[in-house]
Amino acid sequence: MKKLNPLKFLVYAAAFFTIAVVVYIIGYILYKGAPQIVTEISNYMQGEYSLFDYKYSSKNVSLVPSVINTLIMIVISLGISTVLGVSTAIYLVEYAKTGNKFVEIIRITSETLSGIPSIIYGLFGMIFFVTYVGLGFSLISGILTVAIMILPLIIRSTEEALKAVPMSYREASFGLGAAKLRTIWVIILPSAMNGVLAGIILAIGRVIGETAALLYTSGTTTQVATNFMESGGRTLSVHMYMLTSEGTHFEQAYATAAILLLVVVLINALSYVLAKRLTKGR
Amino acid sequence: MLREKGKERIYEIFFLLIASLSIVCVLVICVFLFGQGIPAMQKIGLFDFLTGTTWNPANESNPSFGIFPMILGSIYITAGAIIVGVPIGVLTAIFMTKYCPDHFYKFLKPVVDLMAGIPSIIYGFFGMTVMVPFIRDFFNGFGIKALQTNGLSIFTASLLLGFMILPTVINLSESAIRAVPDFYYEGSRALGATHEKAVFQVVLPAAKSGVLASVVLGIGRAIGETMAVIMVAGNQARITTNILSGIRTLTANVVIEMAYAADLHKEALIATGVVLFVFILIINLCFSIVKRKVGN
Amino acid sequence: MDNKIKFEMKDVNLYYGDFHALKNVNLAVPEKEITAFIGPSGCGKSTLLKSLNRMNDLVEGCKITGDFLLDGEDIYDKRMDINKLRKRVGMVFQKPNPFPMSIYDNIAYGPRTHGIKNKTELDGIVEEALKNAAIWDECKDRLKKSALGMSGGQQQRLCIARALAVQPEILLMDEPTSALDPISTSKIEDLAIELKEKYTIVIVTHNMQQATRISDQTAFFLLGEVVEMNQTEKLFSMPQDKRTEDYITGRFG
Repeated sequence: MKKLNPLKFLVYAAAFFTIAVVVYIIGYILYKGAPQIVTEISNYMQGEYSLFDYKYSSKNVSLVPSVINTLIMIVISLGISTVLGVSTAIYLVEYAKTGNKFVEIIRITSETLSGIPSIIYGLFGMIFFVTYVGLGFSLISGILTVAIMILPLIIRSTEEALKAVPMSYREASFGLGAAKLRTIWVIILPSAMNGVLAGIILAIGRVIGETAALLYTSGTTTQVATNFMESGGRTLSVHMYMLTSEGTHFEQAYATAAILLLVVVLINALSYVLAKRLTKGR
Repeated sequence: MLREKGKERIYEIFFLLIASLSIVCVLVICVFLFGQGIPAMQKIGLFDFLTGTTWNPANESNPSFGIFPMILGSIYITAGAIIVGVPIGVLTAIFMTKYCPDHFYKFLKPVVDLMAGIPSIIYGFFGMTVMVPFIRDFFNGFGIKALQTNGLSIFTASLLLGFMILPTVINLSESAIRAVPDFYYEGSRALGATHEKAVFQVVLPAAKSGVLASVVLGIGRAIGETMAVIMVAGNQARITTNILSGIRTLTANVVIEMAYAADLHKEALIATGVVLFVFILIINLCFSIVKRKVGN
Repeated sequence: MDNKIKFEMKDVNLYYGDFHALKNVNLAVPEKEITAFIGPSGCGKSTLLKSLNRMNDLVEGCKITGDFLLDGEDIYDKRMDINKLRKRVGMVFQKPNPFPMSIYDNIAYGPRTHGIKNKTELDGIVEEALKNAAIWDECKDRLKKSALGMSGGQQQRLCIARALAVQPEILLMDEPTSALDPISTSKIEDLAIELKEKYTIVIVTHNMQQATRISDQTAFFLLGEVVEMNQTEKLFSMPQDKRTEDYITGRFG
């Protein structure tokens, strides 16, 4: 019999371990959380305290307000950083000349931004948006903080998607006498759409999972931030953190974790499918 | 005709202005963090702040603001995460590039990407509910005093962070290994080397700059991680050499106390953040240097 | 061959950075004829072609001196609107490059770019362009289908139709058949001959038979210079220059 090479064994073991970690984490959270979700739903049906009640109370620890806050946060922060990020990427890919010093600087800063951990963003958001600009602990402070945080992600993914659009499309369009902006708008962006969307969806995942940057910007209050310019409110992840740190509603924390995880898995799958279509289109 | 050209020029300037916003962001972040953090360091004394071994801001008459324990804490846990995450990550990357059949790769790659997408709060929750009790029971099971632990420890945090940096290490190492030209491997095989020999003695050394870059980025991720760490590390602001006891990181210091801090205490927390920020900037710098080397 | 001169190049020099790609080129392209540029690869023939509608502007570090006179007007003049120029001087590329949209939208893109919005007008233009490119019968029933689903030869004729839809005066073809099979190639060649009734055509080809089959004038390029330019029959039957003779008899290239 052939002797098993120890290196080969290590390689397989490592890969197995990596997969095992993911499967175990997801499996465990869903295993513990799913039954609780069912319980909470049935509580809701029967009019008892439920995680899904519209209004939060310390008895039901409802996650509904935090979901609404999360949705508001996603829409506005993504709105801001998509416009800024896509425009930046358009400049970098379509306008800037190669070897341009300025482009080099933008690349370095955008790399720096993506390396900054969320807690630093949180601190900055607290110092700048909450205190200096005077927005206070409000959803908008959190939204702006998060918008800066996901900007590099959108820039990078859009840049890659634009670069993947064949040069021949641009040539054909210019060859017909189309101006640059029209070429970008009608030909290049639609061709790059899947890649851009994949990046945006990944960014949504980042926003949903964010905690550290939000604790001291949009805060931990439990209501729906009906007026997001003034009132703060926790997002789903912050809610999840508060449940675990208060330690009194562990079953509900499992259910919340399971919901959070399901959303993240779904988002990753969606982004993956879109990005795959991007490569297939070539 | 000229008008047409002028319009094009205006669009370009518009895109240019937006593109320069990311520069503005970095500048504003630096200005405000340093602007708020440096005064506190001056008040406390930079040396006392960085090397002071006691963190006791609550003492009314004589508060002490030494963050040395937290600096050590961050370094311990980051080092631990690297010890756990780098070997597993690099070996997994080797598996994905040199061992994995195509159809399995199609499954494995999204799994690794998903791993990067799982929020830290989930990792932390998992660590808290599964790893902490497991480690407590496991080590206490020996019945030896030196191994007693409540599970909230440097060891647990290192292990958890090691898992969390896996996708970073795997993805960067993977592209580094893929960037090695095929003829390295083929040439080595042609000389009679086994698959393992060719991969580990020829391909992997050729990819070492890229692998190193993945390690640097992993360090950055680990040292900046907050939520997961505070859920498993115990968070005691003290100096210890026992990896089964708890410790506090720089990130934890900021999050835990910011909620109730005021005045100098609050400024000291911001200054803690600034120290972390400086670490991150240095790591980022190392990363771009290593990456540039890869580019050449 | 006493057609009027459509495009005239005088003392043209072109540099890519330090590389001197075209050296003192003087050429005249007669109206409503086919002019072929031949020569070994890297000789500058495609480079010159791309200068005729200023596609070289997209290449960084490209410097051009000399005169390019289109109907006597210098196309590198500061006041020249580059987009209007490219409308007048259409181009077909080496590889078919339809946009990832429907056949109809591919053709309508050009006219829409130049301000035509009226649906019936667009319909008419699309139909005529496709008929002119001899591809109408093959695709009239699937105008709304993606152009990427067509065969390579069909795609190239679609690209010709797309170029025709903006009603150019000149059609530049950069090795338009190099990526195609022999049957598609002969269709494109027949099409080119039909099109010269209405358009001035400049074609770059590395295929000498193609030049003899379709062109009226041929210019032979070598190392960035025009070695010889003459009526196609004359150039191939009694080349004046030794280098031309070596090339067309296959001694190098």
